[in-house]
Amino acid sequence: MSGLPTVTPAAAPRLRLERVTKRYGAVVANDGVALTVQPGEIHSILGENGAGKSTLVKIIYGAVRPDAGVIEWNGRPVQIRSPHEARHLGVAMVFQHFSLFDTLTVAENVWLGLSRRVPLRAVVDGIRAKAAEYGLELEPDRAVHTLSVGERQRVEIVRALLAEPQLLILDEPTSVLTPQAVERLFVTLRQLAATGCSILYISHKLDEIRALCHQCTVLRGGRVTGTCDPTQETTASLSRLMIGAEPPRLVRRESERGALALRVRDLSLPRLDRFDVPLERVSLDVHAGEIVGIAGVSGNGQQELLAALSGEDPRAEDGAVRIFDQPIGRLHSAARRRLGLHFIPEERLGRGAVPSLSLASNLLLTRRESLRRFGWIDRGALRTQTSGIIERFNVKSGGPGAAARSLSGGNLQKYIVGREIDAVPKVLIVAQPTWGVDVGAAAQIRGELLALRDAGCAVLVVSEELDELFAMTDRLHVISKGRLSPSIATEAATVELVGEWMSGLWGEEAAGATAAAPGRAAGAPPAPGEAP
Amino acid sequence: MIRLEARTAPSQLMGVLSPLLAFATTMLVAGAIFAALGKDPLQGLQVFVLEPFNGLRALSELGLKSTPLILCALGLALSYRSNVWNIGAEGQFLMGAIAGGGLALWVTTAELAIPKLAFFPLLVVAGALGGAAWASIVALLRDRFNANEILVSLMLVYIANLLLSWLVFGPWKDPNGFNFPQTVSFAANTEVPRLIPGMRLGWGLPVALLAALAMWLFMFRTYRGMQLQVGGPAPLAARYAGFSSRAAIWTTLLVSGGLAGVAGAFEVAGPMGQLTPHVSSGYGFTAIIVAFVGRLHPLGTILASLVLSTFLIGGELAQSRLGLPSALTGIFQGVLLLALLACDTLVQYRPRWSRSS
Repeated sequence: MSGLPTVTPAAAPRLRLERVTKRYGAVVANDGVALTVQPGEIHSILGENGAGKSTLVKIIYGAVRPDAGVIEWNGRPVQIRSPHEARHLGVAMVFQHFSLFDTLTVAENVWLGLSRRVPLRAVVDGIRAKAAEYGLELEPDRAVHTLSVGERQRVEIVRALLAEPQLLILDEPTSVLTPQAVERLFVTLRQLAATGCSILYISHKLDEIRALCHQCTVLRGGRVTGTCDPTQETTASLSRLMIGAEPPRLVRRESERGALALRVRDLSLPRLDRFDVPLERVSLDVHAGEIVGIAGVSGNGQQELLAALSGEDPRAEDGAVRIFDQPIGRLHSAARRRLGLHFIPEERLGRGAVPSLSLASNLLLTRRESLRRFGWIDRGALRTQTSGIIERFNVKSGGPGAAARSLSGGNLQKYIVGREIDAVPKVLIVAQPTWGVDVGAAAQIRGELLALRDAGCAVLVVSEELDELFAMTDRLHVISKGRLSPSIATEAATVELVGEWMSGLWGEEAAGATAAAPGRAAGAPPAPGEAP
Repeated sequence: MIRLEARTAPSQLMGVLSPLLAFATTMLVAGAIFAALGKDPLQGLQVFVLEPFNGLRALSELGLKSTPLILCALGLALSYRSNVWNIGAEGQFLMGAIAGGGLALWVTTAELAIPKLAFFPLLVVAGALGGAAWASIVALLRDRFNANEILVSLMLVYIANLLLSWLVFGPWKDPNGFNFPQTVSFAANTEVPRLIPGMRLGWGLPVALLAALAMWLFMFRTYRGMQLQVGGPAPLAARYAGFSSRAAIWTTLLVSGGLAGVAGAFEVAGPMGQLTPHVSSGYGFTAIIVAFVGRLHPLGTILASLVLSTFLIGGELAQSRLGLPSALTGIFQGVLLLALLACDTLVQYRPRWSRSS
């Protein structure tokens, strides 16, 4: 699976870090970190969120100056004071969030980062040549907004490759890709490494690291807890290095499917903005006591569907969305919440919570229990209620009075998940429940969602993490280009099949897959009084 | 070279220090301007900053100037917290003045024997209605047509100004006023009751202070007030929670328009005693600075209005005592606001001195 690293031991390492330390106030983000990357090596930096991966990468890319430590580049000590200097040395980086202008073409975007003396024509030719060299399909004259997320990543990679880097840094590159696209990316990266370019691969996905990387440096709490050859490790042993314990296991029972709770029929919505994805005849059912998942590569209509279900976008036809047969398509989110539909958005700060307000005030966004007559806030009751959630969901915070933005991403997510679960919803819609959350917290959140299901709540999970969907859900849909696939029983689904569906390829085969899961088929009987 | 480094959490200390630092900066600039104009900076500052506090009469005048500033700024603070950028408090103030003044004019010409204490609440209601009605135009256009409230509210200031001019040059002009553009002097029973005999300060100030208290309760103790404040910093969270942005537009504009209108009514039925084209000396605009210097906080507004009215009175004193142009007031207000905005950077950022390489 992984080719042997083309390492010549005599040569100086491409990059060597020694005792690199960076403090932010009282927090030590990197504590005496050592890292050695050989030429042509694919080296992974593995760690949970908050382990110090991004700080380390920022130091290597010159965006952050370390407080102490030595950096050697090809055997020579260097100071990397800015990304500009890093690029000059031969470091290129592909960020998790792309920095592309939607309205410009591929070539124009690449051109922006180059010296202005290079004519656009030459850039177009350069892109064609690089793309051909690595077998990447890329049309330089297309506008970026017409590209899929995978194609956009290709733009970023080609842009990085045009600089002929000696070290390419990739930050969580697969979070936006279908499994098939991940395979294609790996082929490209192996080819690149074979030419002698070193690759620093940042990820928390253990399987990918085992499949791709030659060496692995594991970070925990800002310190290096080990280096290993990931091909010789098991997922469990890597996980132990990463979190210091066995990965928590999900214990789940068979679902006891109850009444039809959330019912979506032929939901179509035109786009609001030219970069939105229009929804096309989306239909789905979620019953009480089951977890239904929606897989898909980001930017395929998840945001639009979630907004239409939560009530943030109340443009749907009234009857297109129903809970317990009550049409809610035109209700705003507070009205839907009163009917028992709660929603956990993927953006915690700014959407799920107001950054500047306290946790207690943020409780009022979706909870009204501590309100008295005339909308008077019973502050004592509010604090008690907030403390209860903080305690029950093990949220590390400065108490109910702490501002939402003072919490770490994972703790804020626990608080928001807790706030909605504590409301005992009848229908809960969750987007990216464990995004940016450490393994322990992720396990806790998944466990809570399963417990909620077992208590008879209808849960809809939209996630880009296939592992998560396979671990939690009873049935799966796939969303692609604003259309929703039929559902398939999760136990009957395979990564390959879901990957294919992510490209929008379902149909006869999909119908077959659905039929292959008797009793759990998507086509639920029409609700009484509903026209077929 | 000074570099700014983002703080991990906003500095609480700087939140408090920033207005003080801004005030100190303003004083330094003021001193420099005095020196450049050939005056002793210390004497200038003494006239500008200390003299307005000298004696009961000076304090009464200070309170008198603070009253409209507090009332206008309270509503603006609420608006700005809700992301509704009403900068037309001046126009709403004028419409309140027209409504309150019209009521007083009617009582005066009809020679109604209504007691002072009974007229006062009527005056408040008339002013509030006048200001709120004017602001409701802004709300309507924003709500129905998504018209930018900054432009609309500002342009309505000029219309209110012209309407006032038309009234006092035309139908409401005092027939025995030697053709001056002003109404008759209002009857004594329409006057805002005074707090201290012989001083001009009236009941307007306690009303403004009560309004500040009420605003504080509304902002921080009621669900409605909390809802309004979500839309400003986090519009997506407001939509997520289901807090209506339409309600926010209407509530904040009606409240801020109403408060500005009350301020206008107090001004005509108080120190002015008649309607003239110059009812306001820019209170509605100055209140924008008051709102920001007061950190958009109702109680901060009270302190900030004291600072700004000190400048207003100081400017007049500098003109009469030192022969300096009263435009200085505007300059100092501008410097204060700019310095405050600059100092506020320090709440989120930490300055780092580093040698450039």
